[in-house]
Amino acid sequence: MKATAWLRRGSPFVWVSGGLLAFALLMITTLVGYIAIKGLGFYWPKPLVELTTTTGPVLGEVTGHEAATAEDPERIQIRTANRDILGQDFRWVPVSEIQARTTPPEALVIERLENGTFFGSLWRITQDGKVLAEGPGAPEEARRRLAEAKALQRRIQSMEKDEVGSLNQKLEDLRLRRRKLEAKGEPTAQAEAAEADLHNRFQHLQEELEAFRAQSNGLQVTLRTVDGQEKELSLAGVIRIIPVNTIGLPRKVSVYLARLWEFVWDDPRESNTEGGVFPAIFGTVMMVMLMSIMVVPLGVMAALYLREYAKDGLAVRLVRVAVNNLAGVPSIVFGVFGLGFFVYTLGGSIDALFFPEKLPTPTFGTGGILWASLTLALLTVPVVIVATEEAIASVPRSLREASLALGATKWQTIRQVVLPGAMPGILTGLILAMARGAGEVAPLMLTGVVKLAPSLPLDAQAPFLHLDRKFMHLGFHIYDVGFQSPNSEAAKPMVFMTTLLLLGIVVALNIFALRLRRKLRARMGGSTF
Amino acid sequence: MDPETHLPLPEPVVLGGGRDEALPAVQPLEGKPASLPLTDTAALVAPPALEVERLNLWYGAKQALFDIDLQVRKNTVMSLIGPSGCGKSTLLRSLNRMNDLVDSVRIEGSVRLGSEDLYAPGVDVIELRKRMGMVFQKSNPFPKSIFENVAYGLRVQGEKDRLTLEEAVETSLKGAGLWEEVKDRLKESALGLSGGQQQRLCIARALAVRPEVLLMDEPCSALDPIATARVEELIFELKKEFTIVIVTHSMQQAARVSDFTAFFWLGKVVETDLTEKIFTNPTNRMTEDYITGRFG
Repeated sequence: MKATAWLRRGSPFVWVSGGLLAFALLMITTLVGYIAIKGLGFYWPKPLVELTTTTGPVLGEVTGHEAATAEDPERIQIRTANRDILGQDFRWVPVSEIQARTTPPEALVIERLENGTFFGSLWRITQDGKVLAEGPGAPEEARRRLAEAKALQRRIQSMEKDEVGSLNQKLEDLRLRRRKLEAKGEPTAQAEAAEADLHNRFQHLQEELEAFRAQSNGLQVTLRTVDGQEKELSLAGVIRIIPVNTIGLPRKVSVYLARLWEFVWDDPRESNTEGGVFPAIFGTVMMVMLMSIMVVPLGVMAALYLREYAKDGLAVRLVRVAVNNLAGVPSIVFGVFGLGFFVYTLGGSIDALFFPEKLPTPTFGTGGILWASLTLALLTVPVVIVATEEAIASVPRSLREASLALGATKWQTIRQVVLPGAMPGILTGLILAMARGAGEVAPLMLTGVVKLAPSLPLDAQAPFLHLDRKFMHLGFHIYDVGFQSPNSEAAKPMVFMTTLLLLGIVVALNIFALRLRRKLRARMGGSTF
Repeated sequence: MDPETHLPLPEPVVLGGGRDEALPAVQPLEGKPASLPLTDTAALVAPPALEVERLNLWYGAKQALFDIDLQVRKNTVMSLIGPSGCGKSTLLRSLNRMNDLVDSVRIEGSVRLGSEDLYAPGVDVIELRKRMGMVFQKSNPFPKSIFENVAYGLRVQGEKDRLTLEEAVETSLKGAGLWEEVKDRLKESALGLSGGQQQRLCIARALAVRPEVLLMDEPCSALDPIATARVEELIFELKKEFTIVIVTHSMQQAARVSDFTAFFWLGKVVETDLTEKIFTNPTNRMTEDYITGRFG
């Protein structure tokens, strides 16, 4: 009797649904938690351990442990870094070979621009061959001079990037103009003179740069590995020097934050396995924004016509079915379409019409952020159409009638009453579209994403917005770093960090749209929804 | 303090219970000078503003209105009463061609506003609706500011001049008796007003386009008695300038505000006459039964 009452109230279903919700939540938390721990943990400075083994000393971070198996004895994994000397970053050491284990205070973690991190000691620092410090005092001296060396390095970099870059740009423009003139058969002497002048300036700049480089290279440090091998390096190539075994918690925290900062704001190095992912963040956000700008008008117009103007009949029903099915088409199919139609056909025609002097180098006839965003807009437009249609339908009839009764035309009513009332619903559609668009990788690989883009699609060079440029994307970055990298073990933390960042960006974009929607809803007085 | 609370409640109108009893005279509305008769004498001689002739209306195959003949005189209030589903609102919505929005509607007959037939081919419906203001059953202000609500009708007609708009908004709000309450917060959302204020705002909005006829579809059905009294008072004021057709379910309201009353039943006009006559001495037995509460 009691059991029937229990069943009749539906208690088991409440429990099952509650339980399943808890399970789903648990899965999501585990997912995010796992990624966060794996990614964020990597940047915490870990102690350097020196192992004395039968085959010589080993210095590094302990990163793994494996119990004995049939083939292998019990062993630990050490991250030894020093890729340039040892050939790889990681090494397995059988536990049976370990004779002693210490954490030497003089061990340094030296992060370098090239060849990854160095574990060992800093033995000597010289300036133009003169020894500035040698032995135990050398690391302190090197740290003191690091800021100065870095400032010089930044100056050189900005010169290379901005001044040389803009000169190159001008030279290229001139070359194109000359080619245009040649094609028309007009005199080119003036263009040639200007070109020569630019060449002169270019030469001058190169000399200046050379001088700076020599100054920068004058400051050399000698690094020494635990087994006594030495390595000379320009101090400018050093990012930071961390006496990791002797610093306290505050220094560790500051190192940690500096590394995180570098990850978010720096350019990638060493075929994307080190450095930061800023270009990928920028590319992802910009691509999603461009997509939103394109998908909203497209979807809203289509939905408006379907809902307000088209006569309900077989044709409209067919269109609706088609739109809904479009949402289920695999994204790579859109990629193929984007490549075939946007890139080759549309882009090719644009090149032939507007940029003939650059051919055979394509301008728009190759993948770029414009085509990638358009492809994604096409991919996500069904979501916006469906959401907008529902939002339009939910604008109360009484408001439309009020407007019409005041002598407004249908279009005025749509413009003044229906669309503002449907705005929150349209934004819901946009949120869904953005969430889908930000996570797509497959169609982008065909339409404009690259492993490493030399410049951002938005910069200080006219016309500022370069829609034809290829770009980097976090989703593709994950794939590239994790599966296409020559050094995948070292790139593992990058994969997790990039994943975390991609998640974060999707969440941030969604929160932005949600807030916008809440604001709009408040203005609508909550009456429409 | 909300000015609405200062208003006295309208006196309840007591209608006769039995058929044999003589109906007591209807109490005059509060605020309306008692010396005046319920129907202004001027109303009796006023020229017709709106003439409905042999209007038939179908929703698909179902006929909703049968041969409606109705005359509304200029600057009078005509109330349409009758049980639910008898076609009062349908007729009202036919007067400004709001029924055009329903796909399956078919209409025969004519409605003349002045000299123009609303259903003649080639009539500009948009122009027509400007001449026929409408107030709906449930107040439906736009989710815009109070100012923009009232200015809406002018704005869609292309009026851009700030001064003209401000003037029209002020006049309309004064006309709807709302000015004093909202003049300091014209920029605020109309959705923050009380129900009664919202309905008066909707009336002001309709007034702003200076219509000739004001159609009111049960304007007080969602309002409390105090707000109802204010709207009724307003109707009494408005008829000096506008011709008003009002659909109401409240017999008391019809008696209080209107000069003429038409009783609808199953899509037909059963009786139409001076309100006084309908409520004191109806010709038709059915009208009497309905008014005295025997059916409907």
